[in-house]
Amino acid sequence: MGSQFLDLLERHGYDFFTGVPCSLFEGVTRILDDERRYGYVSAVREDAALGLAAGAYLGGRQPVVLMQNSGLGVSVNAIVSLHQIYDIPALILVSWRGQDGRDAPEHLIMGRVTAPFLDLLQIPYEVFDPSSIEAQLRSLTETMRATRRPVALVVPKGVLDR
Amino acid sequence: MMRADAVALVAAALRDDALVVACNGMIGRELYTRADASTRFYMIGSMGLASSIGLGVALVKPSRTVVVFDGDGNVLMNFGGLASVAAAGATNFHHVVFDNAAHGSTGNQRTISDRVPLDDVARAAGYRRTARVRDSGQLRTTLESWFDAPGPSMLLVEVDRQNVAGIGRVEPSPTDITARFRAACAQ
Repeated sequence: MGSQFLDLLERHGYDFFTGVPCSLFEGVTRILDDERRYGYVSAVREDAALGLAAGAYLGGRQPVVLMQNSGLGVSVNAIVSLHQIYDIPALILVSWRGQDGRDAPEHLIMGRVTAPFLDLLQIPYEVFDPSSIEAQLRSLTETMRATRRPVALVVPKGVLDR
Repeated sequence: MMRADAVALVAAALRDDALVVACNGMIGRELYTRADASTRFYMIGSMGLASSIGLGVALVKPSRTVVVFDGDGNVLMNFGGLASVAAAGATNFHHVVFDNAAHGSTGNQRTISDRVPLDDVARAAGYRRTARVRDSGQLRTTLESWFDAPGPSMLLVEVDRQNVAGIGRVEPSPTDITARFRAACAQ
């Protein structure tokens, strides 16, 4: 699924990839790490990844930022005081650790608040559904281009791990 | 050396097509007041991220010289940014840090860069070149050739803690800054 998903991203014009890994999308980061043509930039922190993505957009690219939902916390200021006020679009691929309340303790609270947190930050999002991912990505990308703001694709367990 | 004068000297040493990302706070405001151009991206929030933004630009525009105007407070806030710059090894990336060991726009509260030399940290991380200058004579001499050699480089400029009078806010809106900088990148 990882390589099909990357093909889909490329078909929608995404051409810059950075982020911090999560086991829930390991199937994507393995390819990004291995295939140099993606130019994947392994970031040190999620807000720094958003900074890199902003720079890439300014230089003419359309970025994807990968992060675990734990990284949403450190990303808040970059999203609200960089991307959202400067009209810098990005697709944030964010994993959903702790989605169903069954996960390691450090993921339970963030898992519970991930969706309301995205709502609070006014980030439009979809929860990755393999049966309709093409339509989901088309819709998110249209919203992102029209608003020039970040949008998020939330990745539950079991869809992009391999 | 007053920081606004140092900022203006560095700006004057750049080719017209060099792309500049300026950090938030007084440094961006001084660059705007003294040497505005469409090739400048002024960050007004997101403290710490100037080096990350600049690195993003440098990686996708390898034929352009990219210069980040940064402050000690910003560098300390995103220390991992130095590691990212070093790891990427972009030869077109240049970091100029105006270091007054203080947070200039919130009342000059002390930072810790007087005890942690940022140029030493950059060199240890893997920047190709670093230098520290302490007065305008040293700065002028260094600037004669600094941007001709490959980066990643860090030029650390020690500056006074006072702010000069007559420095305004950055006037263009953030969205206007984005539009004009993107156009400058595309040229």
